[in-house]
Amino acid sequence: MPGLGLSMGITLTMLSLVVLLPIGALLLKGANYGLEGIWETVNRERVWAALFLSFRLSLLAALFNLVFGVLLAWVLVRYRFAGRRILDAAIDLPFALPTAVAGIALTALYAPNGTFGHIAASIGWKIAYTQWGIFIALVFVGLPFVARTVQPVVEEIEREVEEASATLGASRLHTLRHVILPMLAPAALTGFALALARAVGEYGSVIFIAGNIPLVTEIAPLLIIIQLEEFNYDAAAAIGIAMLLISFAMLLAINLIQIWSRRRIGHV
Amino acid sequence: MSDATLQKGTTTRFRSATEESPLARRALIGIAFIGLAILVFAPLIAVFAEALADGVSAALRSLANPDALDAIRLTLTIAAISVPLNAAFGIAAAWFITKFDFRGKAFLITLIDLPFSVSPVVAGLCIVLMFGTNSLIGGWLVAQGFPIVFAMPGIILATLFVTFPFVARELIPVMIEQGRAEEEAALTLGASGWRTFWTVTLPNIRWALLYGVLLCNARAMGEFGAVSVVSGKIRGQTATMPTTIEMLYQEYLSVAAFSLAAVLALLALVTLLLKTALEIRHADQLAATHRH
Repeated sequence: MPGLGLSMGITLTMLSLVVLLPIGALLLKGANYGLEGIWETVNRERVWAALFLSFRLSLLAALFNLVFGVLLAWVLVRYRFAGRRILDAAIDLPFALPTAVAGIALTALYAPNGTFGHIAASIGWKIAYTQWGIFIALVFVGLPFVARTVQPVVEEIEREVEEASATLGASRLHTLRHVILPMLAPAALTGFALALARAVGEYGSVIFIAGNIPLVTEIAPLLIIIQLEEFNYDAAAAIGIAMLLISFAMLLAINLIQIWSRRRIGHV
Repeated sequence: MSDATLQKGTTTRFRSATEESPLARRALIGIAFIGLAILVFAPLIAVFAEALADGVSAALRSLANPDALDAIRLTLTIAAISVPLNAAFGIAAAWFITKFDFRGKAFLITLIDLPFSVSPVVAGLCIVLMFGTNSLIGGWLVAQGFPIVFAMPGIILATLFVTFPFVARELIPVMIEQGRAEEEAALTLGASGWRTFWTVTLPNIRWALLYGVLLCNARAMGEFGAVSVVSGKIRGQTATMPTTIEMLYQEYLSVAAFSLAAVLALLALVTLLLKTALEIRHADQLAATHRH
């Protein structure tokens, strides 16, 4: 097959120039700054609060999307109803809509004078400029992941398996719980991991609705921006490295859970 | 066919054992509709409602503002440069990965996917550290009169970083599925490598390529986090549409911000429409995960 040199050359050059060298520059900056320096920067109340907030809310949003995404995948594949195509296409809107647009739109809706914010305010529930607002923005950006990874798996489930379960006397709920859900679990976990990774690093859709109050609604990516605006590159790099490490650790943990769940269920 | 009619016939009297009760089914469909209405449709409607809050002419007037026009021009330029580069990379990477056998292929694919798990802000930070004026390379380039950060090349690099896997990811599964036999036949019959690519491979992957380019373009025009770090947001020079939206919004110019946002929302809608059309018409030539 021709084109080995050319295709390999383009692939490795672009990969190095666009992705690997810049990430290397971050790690190098961290190495020069030293572990002690990184720890000193990260080990401050404001940084811990931001990191903890980002990961906690991302986890909650990904959990919400895990449940809602599996439901969406099931409804869209198994049921036929008017508007199904529109719902199916709408799931991808968070991928297509720029995050800054989503951010100001969600803020307009959930601010105290917005459509939803107004209703919530009447029962004393403040959404925008609180952690609720961040949660909603993170649910929005993570929405497509679980639904899209689970959908093809639901399509491939053979009815015979469900029939066998029903013939053996299992109720529908029992079949769903013990036959269908385990088959969907690995794909759902993959989607969960992707939604989580996306939410942890999300910036554009969150900063408008968050209110950005230090210690309360300040997310980790914003801290990097603040350090950069003060030309404090060492501190920015330290927080960036901390975020990279934590998200890789989370992805690793989820991959391990996935391998475990695959092994437990067998071939799926 | 007969299976469907049989099922339809039985559900009127007995429920099939492999279906949920009509009540449960209706409840699930209801939850899907309400959930998506609140999460997806409401924000979309809000963009247009806020843009048109003072009427159509006010919205159009704010789009004709020089800053807005500059931002639109810059965003179009960025997309026109970075999307073809990304497509060329995607084709090369897919060719390299699917037409040759080598060790470390899985690792290479992981590296290509890496930008998906890196925060856009961290991506921007990486580019600033690599090419900023304080860095070795960046300092030298600035001395040569070719600054990267706070200038167009930096925005393009940031855009390339966040869109990096889009095209390659669509092409690799399709090209694995199609195998190498057709290309091998063309080569055996004496076609050159390029001719084989243009007349055999490209027609086979064109819809998958278009699909990847479509998603890549949407992201390229809408990227905010990485671009706001590297661009410096200089009005008329390095402020893209998304960063201009942020500036207008923070100046409480709501109609202007949402008018520009509405343009991007329209682009998102067109993207979704084309994407759905591709999924319906050319499902057999897309990666298996997009066929439904």
